[in-house]
Amino acid sequence: MPTPVIEVRDLFKYFPIHQGFLGRKVRYLKAVDGVSFKVHKGETLGLVGESGCGKSTVGYLILGLLDPDRGQVFFRGTNITTLKGDALRRVRRNMQVVFQDPQSSLDPRMLIKKTVGSPLEVNRLAKGAEVVTRVKDMLKEVGLREDHVYRYPHEFSGGQRQRIGIARALITRPEFIVFDEPTSALDVSVQAQILNLVGDLQRRHGYAYLFISHDLSVIKHVSRRVAVMYLGKIVETASKETLFKNFRHPYTKALMEALPQPDPKKRHRLGVLQGDVPSPVNVPKGCRFHPRCAESQGLCTRVEPVLMEVEAGHWVACHRCSAS
Amino acid sequence: MPETLLHIKDLSVRFFTYQGVVRALEEVNLAVLKGEILGLVGETGCGKSVLARSVLRLIADPPGKIWRGEIFFKGENLLKMSSRRLRHIRGNEISMIFQEPMSSLNPVFRVGNQMQEVVMLHRRVGSAAAREICIDMLRQVKMPDPDAVLSKYPHELSGGMRQRAMIAMELSCRPELLIADEPTTALDVTVQAQVLSILEELTRKKDVSVLFISHDLGVIAQLCDRVAVMYAGRTVEVASVWDLFSEPRHPYTRGLIRAIPRVDEEREILAVIPGVVPGLIRPPKGCRFHPRCEAVMHPCDRVTPRLVEVAPGHQVACHLYKESGEEHDADTRH
Amino acid sequence: MKRIRKEREWQIRELMFTIKLLSKNPSAVAGFVIIATMVFIAVGAPYIAPYDPIKISLRERLSPPSPVHIFGTDEMGRDILSRVMHGARISLRIGVLVIAIAGSLGAAIGAVAGYLGKQADNIIMRIMDVILSFPPLVLAMALAAALGPNLNNAILAVAFVMIPKFARMVRGEALAVKEKQFIAAARASGAGSLWIIFHHIIPNCFSSVIILATLLLGETILIAASLSFIGLGAQPPTPEWGAMISVGRKFLMDQWWYPTFPGLFILMTVIGFNILGDALRDIFDPRIRR
Repeated sequence: MPTPVIEVRDLFKYFPIHQGFLGRKVRYLKAVDGVSFKVHKGETLGLVGESGCGKSTVGYLILGLLDPDRGQVFFRGTNITTLKGDALRRVRRNMQVVFQDPQSSLDPRMLIKKTVGSPLEVNRLAKGAEVVTRVKDMLKEVGLREDHVYRYPHEFSGGQRQRIGIARALITRPEFIVFDEPTSALDVSVQAQILNLVGDLQRRHGYAYLFISHDLSVIKHVSRRVAVMYLGKIVETASKETLFKNFRHPYTKALMEALPQPDPKKRHRLGVLQGDVPSPVNVPKGCRFHPRCAESQGLCTRVEPVLMEVEAGHWVACHRCSAS
Repeated sequence: MPETLLHIKDLSVRFFTYQGVVRALEEVNLAVLKGEILGLVGETGCGKSVLARSVLRLIADPPGKIWRGEIFFKGENLLKMSSRRLRHIRGNEISMIFQEPMSSLNPVFRVGNQMQEVVMLHRRVGSAAAREICIDMLRQVKMPDPDAVLSKYPHELSGGMRQRAMIAMELSCRPELLIADEPTTALDVTVQAQVLSILEELTRKKDVSVLFISHDLGVIAQLCDRVAVMYAGRTVEVASVWDLFSEPRHPYTRGLIRAIPRVDEEREILAVIPGVVPGLIRPPKGCRFHPRCEAVMHPCDRVTPRLVEVAPGHQVACHLYKESGEEHDADTRH
Repeated sequence: MKRIRKEREWQIRELMFTIKLLSKNPSAVAGFVIIATMVFIAVGAPYIAPYDPIKISLRERLSPPSPVHIFGTDEMGRDILSRVMHGARISLRIGVLVIAIAGSLGAAIGAVAGYLGKQADNIIMRIMDVILSFPPLVLAMALAAALGPNLNNAILAVAFVMIPKFARMVRGEALAVKEKQFIAAARASGAGSLWIIFHHIIPNCFSSVIILATLLLGETILIAASLSFIGLGAQPPTPEWGAMISVGRKFLMDQWWYPTFPGLFILMTVIGFNILGDALRDIFDPRIRR
């Protein structure tokens, strides 16, 4: 098994909530509560979950935009968790990110030339005219025109801005890219264009992707492996085919059943999960999903289940599922 | 034959801005029948929200203007009636829920206050009776612990709960038509399932017609009886939900359906509609979709196609189709 | 070369758009006209002023406005119109210098405080608060007195007083800009804090700084005039407006023209800047720019 491009081991990130009269730290928002996974060259790991599950935080932790409280991040086998300064910068040019909101992911006051070119400049990889050439090449590769370098973000549509964001992420030829809900704010037809572009780029250059989304159908389209997150933990992970045909965890089941499919013949009474998505400030004891789980038993309220391999490459954190 | 509750006839809406005149809606024709859920689907800029707001005359007068057309509600023209009559209809006979419930609920008042106020105003009952009605409605939207919810502020409720409170509030006055403008777009998928199921159940039970606006074809497929597809300010296709998905006629509808990633099918590459949605200040001449259309032919760039009935209950605005539903011969295309 | 021209082309487009919006706003036009007139007078004073502002002519002392001396003369016989025109040069120069110094320093301080947050923010802003807690004129007086009564020191004193106003505003903006996704993207590309502050944060605060600068120009001129009024700024025979009012005060009853004209000019300039600043604030509001 070749070394994964990115490996994450037992990542934890808690945000203290200051409460009380003197602002003492009373509670913690357990954003990421023990997450591990690997991403290999040329493959996409889809990270799916609803709001508050911590999927975006995981992305930030890997990129070094946040420091984990516990756990390690490995890039090609090297532990990069505690790197700072120049060493961190050298690693960072190998890991990039594409964000969700085409409105705020580009600096409105910066020419596209500078926005896309800045990773080259800050990392001292190129200067002056060479930067412009590389920016132009990158823009063409993502489906834009060369003369777009001299424009400002507001002159572009949402889909085009996402392409610019992708160009910015790819210009240093990184090995690993985090996509944080890149198409959630886009129309369906534009989403299709962007997803095709992203897949095409991966096939040509062998990038490893962490693709974060709340949309199961998008995840299915892009991923090779999928991890389902709930309240800071991965509750199920498997290859795409296995997950969609053979899911085990009750939360995964709820997600699948809640997904409205664009086919009226497939109407089902949308599986209605009781209760609301809970807050990561109040994580239930035992299995964190048990208050909403139709199949919870006594054990579920007391003991937190761990990820167990129920078949080759398919891991589930559920007492009932791993009992068999 | 169910009667028509809302009839939008040749509606045109324009916005006058510094950059020019935005032709947001152009000759839109639409009808909502009694007891049905009509889905209005389209991408950004197609005008679906403008249409929803026009019904209740909520378009800001500068810069927007309802340029032409009529909107009949139970026979009365909403655009011509007095403000007094309109105020009576708003909230009472026609209700509206929006995408972001945080901005529809006043954050400085408790939910109970706002709900009771609305009920008292429209149903002319005292405060105690209003409170009873509110609690009853909250139970009907399956809100846990209705009493507690009434005394909370909007920011203390989750997105799903706020949306359910909005539904309760809007349905408490027993309207005949509910306009829902992307009510679940901002919600998580499991919460969306809850809200959609409640919406469907309640509106069927109370015989409320719904104009459901969304860009999500999945939600539309699950919820609606009939669907109208909009593109760049015009209606391009109207059909029953079954017909629309099994036999989409308009090239845009076809393109849209093919572009959706599916859980039930395997697609290596998503079929893409080339280009982008046009700006509405100088929209393309003729059919507004023609620059992106795979089946573009001669009159498309000069003559705007009108909605014609191609099968019972199925209308399309496209030069490919003549009245009876036959497609034009291949040799009349480029 | 062509590349630079292209960049300028788009920046000029933005500017033209702003100007077009401004021209549709009546108060903007009014403010602009007033300021433009003042600038014209200031720039042209050495050429269009009828007399030498410091030439003494005791024969004509304290003569009322007449075709010979349109604004009359002061107690040394100097033509008040010419002095007022040269005064415009001085006041505008003071205004621009003060705002330039205070604006750039204040913006830099505010951006650093806002972006770095936590301790740095606390320390910097508390220092700014201390400065702000003094009434501006009093503080300026104290500083000018300590530095020595001349025009350049007055400029430094007033600039010092204005710095926290810019700092505070830019800090607020920086806090908002900091949360935008393009900042996270820049960090993820390897940009350091300093780079982000100067290439991302400050350009995004630019329009607010311009607006604040315009509004504070009026106040600056007023404070500078007040300093001269009490003898801490411009020294005689410099024809600074505040100094002229200071001396002219004695003559108000019988020679009304002496302090009145400089006073009027201060009034017009401050109003002009305020109206223009208000209009700028309105048109830079993103909703209207859409």
